[in-house]
Order: sequence, then structure tokens, then C-alpha cells
Amino acid sequence: MKLTLKIWRQKNAADKGQIVDYPIDGVSPDMSFLEMLDVLNEQLINRGEDPVAFDHDCREGICGMCSLFINGEAHGPDRGVTTCQLHMRMFKDGDTIFIEPFRAKAFPVIKDLVVDRSSFDRIQHAGGFISINTSGRTIDANTIPIPKHDADRAFDAATCIGCGACVASCKNSSAMLFVSAKVSQFALLPQGKVEATDRVLNMVNQMDAEGFGNCTNTGACEVECPKGISLENIARMNREYLSASIK
Amino acid sequence: MAKSALLKSSLAKKYWMALTGLFLCLFLVGHLAGNLQLLTPDNALNFNKYALFMTTNPAVKVLSYLTYASIIFHAIDGAMLTYQNAKARPVKYAKNNAAANSAWSSRNMGVLGTVILVFIVTHMITFWAPMHFDKNMPLQTQTITMNGQPSEYYLTTDGSYLPKQQVDQKVIYIKNRTEFYNAQANVKIKEGYKDLYKITVAFFKDAKYGLVYTLLYVLSMAVLAFHLHHGFASAFQSLGANNPKYNGLIKGFGKGFAIIVPLLFAIIPLYLHFILKA
Ligand code: HEM
Ligand code: SF4
Ligand code: FES
Repeated sequence: MKLTLKIWRQKNAADKGQIVDYPIDGVSPDMSFLEMLDVLNEQLINRGEDPVAFDHDCREGICGMCSLFINGEAHGPDRGVTTCQLHMRMFKDGDTIFIEPFRAKAFPVIKDLVVDRSSFDRIQHAGGFISINTSGRTIDANTIPIPKHDADRAFDAATCIGCGACVASCKNSSAMLFVSAKVSQFALLPQGKVEATDRVLNMVNQMDAEGFGNCTNTGACEVECPKGISLENIARMNREYLSASIK
Repeated sequence: MAKSALLKSSLAKKYWMALTGLFLCLFLVGHLAGNLQLLTPDNALNFNKYALFMTTNPAVKVLSYLTYASIIFHAIDGAMLTYQNAKARPVKYAKNNAAANSAWSSRNMGVLGTVILVFIVTHMITFWAPMHFDKNMPLQTQTITMNGQPSEYYLTTDGSYLPKQQVDQKVIYIKNRTEFYNAQANVKIKEGYKDLYKITVAFFKDAKYGLVYTLLYVLSMAVLAFHLHHGFASAFQSLGANNPKYNGLIKGFGKGFAIIVPLLFAIIPLYLHFILKA
């Protein structure tokens, strides 16, 4: 396949950056999107140019490190996959492909396509945990009976890999889907109930402080989320927050 | 711990948006029921009775103040949300395929809302302000022909008729815009109806601008339809009501509401302009 890539190049956080065109030939439809970028980078290195910086780690859809806004959609046009799982067969010979970083005030660009998503970490630190005593005599979690239905929904919420596609897709750069998944995975379980009030207040506080936008229920996040995290989680967080605020 | 104020946080803004939005949906139903009087056989009297009821009934007064407050709060809150949301992405995408993941109306609530606000303000200047403040607001009259002699009568709130002649001859005078007083005894005898019907019909039948007003009204209702198309179900989500069992019902009802209510509103000026005989 022969493609024209329009890639966002930005030297560093202070640089203004711009879209640069890169023609590329010989792309196999069986390649993953990141392999295609590897090929491009090899060519750039051979030509003595600066390779395109992009984030990746596991390359199997579990770490949440890869990002990229491809042809106007987070993780590209396919559904339920991360960029590392996206195949070039989703594109046609001769296509022009825009490749941009995830954009949000709370996700500043570090270089090219690499953005700083540590705002997610800070939200997580603000309450995305349960405090347990680990000084021996810990109770096996499996001894606490949990209805299967709740366990399943908590697990579904816990499959969020923190990639930030929800923020990138949202017209408001809202982090509600991510935060609500992290709130829900605990709120649904008995172990999480103890700190539920502070958790939701602190996490939402931190979310606002990071400069994410306000949710307007467009539902773009749910469509683009590689893990199929449901809007039900946002509604659950809205309920949790309401009851926590009036407590 | 910071108990987030029920005003400031991103979520709290959403609760207020949803509560005021849903209250305005209720207001729409009430307002529509009144406007539909314009389509009834005895339209002028029914409509003016409704207008009187709306401006005097104490319960309605409370509701109307709630409505004003809701509109103001909803608009300010909406403007703040829209402004903050625009700021949350300082550098825009070169290519954004938003149509792949969200509905047009959901992405344009701010613009749609602004058009509705402009509509509400003009609407209030045209109909609400004269009703409340215009000293020269006409009172409803009716021409009755007896023995081949047509003469004009004021309709009064107790269902009787008062010859206009008596006012012209100063036997009766009008005080406080609607009250008929016996000139000799200086006592109030009857009360008339402010003729909002006349103003409404004249507005939409205006020789020069009637068609423009009618079309602008219909256009505004289309904008309202899009606002509600997203807004109705969205309000439930904001308030935390999302249960796969009921989502279909809420969404379905919302879509129906978003079409039927603005459509019925829009039919009225169309009827007045195109069908009603002058
Ligand atoms: C009769 C008039 C109106 C009705 C019935 C109405 C109804 C609604 C409803 C039900 C929502 C959804 C709330 C939510 O998602 O939680 C909404 C959202 C919104 N409204 Fe209105 N609205 C009206 C007028 C206005 C006006 C005058 C503005 C002014 C500027 C406005 C601006 C907005 C904005 C920006 C949103 C989006 C906020 C969001 O989705 O979170 N609306 N409206
Ligand atoms: S909710 Fe989905 S899109 Fe958002 S961070 Fe988690 S996995 Fe990524
Ligand atoms: S690189 Fe780990 S999810 Fe894509």
C-alpha cells in the first residue's frame, strides 16, 4: 500500500508544531499501525532525520500506553481496539492519514505524538485505591461474598487501561469516562464502600483541577473507548457524587 | 475534606443544567397547552382567559418566577460550561471525525441554546411585555348585531357584555388598564380581558413582516427540537439515571417530546398566518 501520512511534528513542549507530510510505500495490510510507523521511522533514521516520537509499550492492547488520534478518531477508525491493535487493512491504498497527538489542556504535548497523561495518575492518587492493612493476617478477598452481577460490572469498569482516548474524543476534553470507571470499580464492591464518599469527591476535585472539561453527554467517549467502558459508569459517578456532596 | 460546593464543581453544574432544563420542559408543556387555545373554536376568549390566568393566578406566579430563574440560571450555567469546555482543548485537531462518535445536536448545545435565548427575549418583548406593562394594551371587544344594528361590546370576566358606547360617552371609565368604573359612583363594576389575542394575530398577520415572523418562529422551534433531541435524555444521565432497563424508554420519550412539542408550537403561527381569516 502507498499512503500519505500527515503527522504532527513538534520538537518539544514549547515548540509550536505543525503537520508534516510523509509519503510511505510498501505498507503491508497485515502490519499494525505502530509497525507502519516503525517502518517510517527507520526510513527517517536512514535519511538522518529525527524519527517520529510516539508512545507504546505492550503492543497488545493492555497497557494503555499507545495513543494517537488517527483520521479524526482516537485509536483510529476501528472499534474496541487500541492503536497498537489497529491493522493497516483498515485503510486503502492511496489513503491520506492524519496522525495527531491526543489533544487536551490536561494532556500537554511532550514531543511529536507523545503527550503527558500524568494528570490521570494524579486523579488516581486522589482516591483511586482502597486502604488495607497489609501487615500480615490479611483476609483473602475471596472470602467476602459478592453478587456475581456486581463483580462483573466492577470488573468491566476495571478493564479501563487509562489510555485517555475518552478525553481525546470528547469535544469538551472531559475525563468523565476514565474517572467514572475508576470510581465504579471500587464503588460496586464491599471493599470500596468504606472510602466511597471521599473517593468520589477527591477524584472529581482533582479532575476539575487538572483542567479537563465538563461532560455534556455526547457519548463520544463510549464509542471510541478501546475497552467498551459504558456511560452507565458516568451516571453511577453522578449518583455517587450527588450523595457524597449532601452527606 | 473539601466538600465540593453544589455549585462550582463540574458535576454540580451538570445537576443544575439538568434540573433547570427538565423544569423548562415542564414549562413548555404548560405554555403549549395555553397557546393551543388559539386553535380552539372560541379562540380569542379562550386565549385571553388563559393569558389572564397566567398573569394573575398565584400558583402560576410562583411557577413563572421559577421559570424566569431557570432560564437565567440555565443560560448562565450553559455559557460557563461551553466556555470552560472550549478552553479545555487549546489546540484543536487538524482533522476531527466527530460525526463518527456523536450526534450533531449533542455537540452544538451552546449554539442551539443561544438561539433559543434570543428567541425567548424577543418573544417576551413582543407578547409578555405588553401584557405586563403596556398602558395602552387593548381590551377584548366583540361586535354584536342587534336588529341589523352592529355595535361593539367589551367582554368582561364575569361573562357579560359592556357597551363600548358607555365608555366613549364617559359613563364608564377604565382604570388600572382593565377595570371598568362607574363614573358617577366611582366604583368598580366589571373587569375586562387584555386582548393578547388581537396582538398575537396582528403580529403574525402583519402585512409587511408577518411571514418573516412566522418563519422565524418556526425556525426557532426547529432549533428547540434539536436542543431537546439531545437535552431531554441527557438530563437523566446527568442526574445519574442510567439503567439499561429504562434507557430505551427515556430516550424514546425524549425523542418524541423533542419532535411533538416544538411541532405543536410551530403549527400555531402557521395557522394564524396562512389559514385564519382576518
Ligand atoms: C425552553 C427552553 C429550554 C429548554 C427546555 C432546555 C432544556 C435543556 C435540557 C433538558 C438540557 C440537558 C441538560 C443536561 O444534559 O443535563 C439542556 C442543556 C443545555 N442547554 Fe438548554 N434548554 C432551554 C433553553 C436554553 C437556553 C436559553 C440556553 C442558553 C444559552 C441553553 C443552553 C444549554 C446548553 C449549553 C446545554 C448543554 C449543557 C449540557 O449538555 O451539559 N438552553 N437544555
Ligand atoms: S475509559 Fe476507555 S478510553 Fe477512557 S481511559 Fe479508560 S480505556 Fe481509555
Ligand atoms: S501499546 Fe499497550 S495498549 Fe497499545
